[in-house]
Amino acid sequence: MSLTASIQNPIRSVVRRRHRTREAAIGWLAVSPASILLICLLFGPAAAVILFSFTDWQLGAATFRFIGTENFAALWADPPFWKALINTCLYVAIVVPGTVGLGLAAALLIEASPGLRGFYRAVHFLPVMSTMSAMAVVWGTMLHPSIGLVNRVLAAFGVAGINWLRDERTALLALALIGIWQGFGFAMVLFVSGLKAVPQQLYDAAAVDGADGLVDRLRIVTLPMLGPVTMFVIILSASRAFEVFDSVRVLTQGGPNYASEVLLNRLYSESFDYLRTGYGAALTVVYLAIVIALTLAQARFIERRVHYS
Amino acid sequence: MSARRPGYQLAGRIARHALLAVSATFALLPFVWMISLSLKPPDEIFQPDFHLWPKTFQGVENYRVALTAAPMLRFLLNGVFVCATIFVLQLMVCVPCAYALAKLRFRGRDTLFSAVLVGLLLPPQALAIPHFVLLYGFGLLDTYAALILPWIISAFGIFLLRQFFRSIPDEIIHAARLDGLGEFEIIWRIMMPMSAPALAAFGVFSVVAHWNDLFWPLIAVRAEDISTPALGILLFRDDEAGQFLGPLMAGATIIVAPLLLAFLLAQRRFIDGLATTAMK
Repeated sequence: MSLTASIQNPIRSVVRRRHRTREAAIGWLAVSPASILLICLLFGPAAAVILFSFTDWQLGAATFRFIGTENFAALWADPPFWKALINTCLYVAIVVPGTVGLGLAAALLIEASPGLRGFYRAVHFLPVMSTMSAMAVVWGTMLHPSIGLVNRVLAAFGVAGINWLRDERTALLALALIGIWQGFGFAMVLFVSGLKAVPQQLYDAAAVDGADGLVDRLRIVTLPMLGPVTMFVIILSASRAFEVFDSVRVLTQGGPNYASEVLLNRLYSESFDYLRTGYGAALTVVYLAIVIALTLAQARFIERRVHYS
Repeated sequence: MSARRPGYQLAGRIARHALLAVSATFALLPFVWMISLSLKPPDEIFQPDFHLWPKTFQGVENYRVALTAAPMLRFLLNGVFVCATIFVLQLMVCVPCAYALAKLRFRGRDTLFSAVLVGLLLPPQALAIPHFVLLYGFGLLDTYAALILPWIISAFGIFLLRQFFRSIPDEIIHAARLDGLGEFEIIWRIMMPMSAPALAAFGVFSVVAHWNDLFWPLIAVRAEDISTPALGILLFRDDEAGQFLGPLMAGATIIVAPLLLAFLLAQRRFIDGLATTAMK
């Protein structure tokens, strides 16, 4: 509002100012529950975790003392922690290519022609919707050494079965298979929406240039245009895989001999099985730092994509 | 696509179905296996030769055991109650906040929005210890409140709804004000109905996440009668009757079925909801 206008019309200015104050009051009223809860349930607890990580507190104990970075030093020297960190990265490194590759292949095939499109989409999406703890129990029976489906099929081909979840060499691999099974339908859906956004003119233009074979279309138009979506799906499935917990908790509890130990299961065990709160909090701080770094990378990427398009 | 070579096209179509049949089988196999085992007597499960359909049908018995040895239906009702309560409370907290952030001018608005963005960064698992301590302090562990309270604030919900509210034109709000509607009436009677797609997307996201969550119920709850489905199936497994695979698979089927049926009935809603919330 300009100065002259406010001189010319002082009444309107007062009215508007009063309106502003009222608007602000309503604004504060509307955000107050959310603000209080953000502090009590999000930021307060986040600060508390960091505080706990510098103490020797054990859940239920009446007292604690500050021990500086002792918990972090202990973490650094703790082989199971490193095993969990490495395993989590390995798990991500297996699940992400599997999820993205299968999801992309399924999306391309589903979108290639309209036949049974809705049916295939629904079927591939079912694992995404299913309760992991229950389906992990089911996978446990499928991977059972004697009665399991996997070993029965192998036996039919004359291959000796493996006790997948009790064998140090295969436990993490089996869990990764379950992770891919649950996630690839979601990747498929994201790829399908990416495919729908590819403009038809590009295919027409490519056809004019003589590229109308299936492989040519894929190589020249589809895959390059899917670049941003692919990057997004990779980041998304990486951060999901990083949070793996349910299947590990239900099937292996990190065993045998830490072969399938992952960060969240370690975090859970230290904090709530052994009640080593301070130590668990230090582990949480490390976990938090990694997740925040991943999320920021994701946000930065999405921002850049918006700028380019 | 050019229709020059019909033979080539037919081969392509067959190849497409063949390949999709393989990946669809991979997706469906655990469900088929689960249902197959849930219909079989124990000796047939352990037989060396495998048949998809049981030779002796023991489905009724298995499902009866699953429903009586553990409170399966109670788990489902708990899941419905907990998810519904979480979502309603999330709306009551998030909608006014999102509206104020999108449409009202007041001091501290930008600070609050930055706080919401920072809140998006915090994974819930990282707050489990202080949430546990907080609930322990109030004597609320092992109650419904323990399952619900940590989730009633959703930075993601505020963010998503704020983005959507911003796309609603100011003129509509001005017109409503001229008609004498108060701001809170505007929120509940105008913004909410106009935001149905965003609310549905957030609802799907919230309900699917909390129905399937295992991490938090495992920490907050021990008692069987307030367990959610994801925790309930594990309690049943550790139970005596759950040692038998037939009833255990019947239990898993009962736990998994409601959300899958809901999905099959409203596929578009679910897929769009989860895809849009993931894209944000």
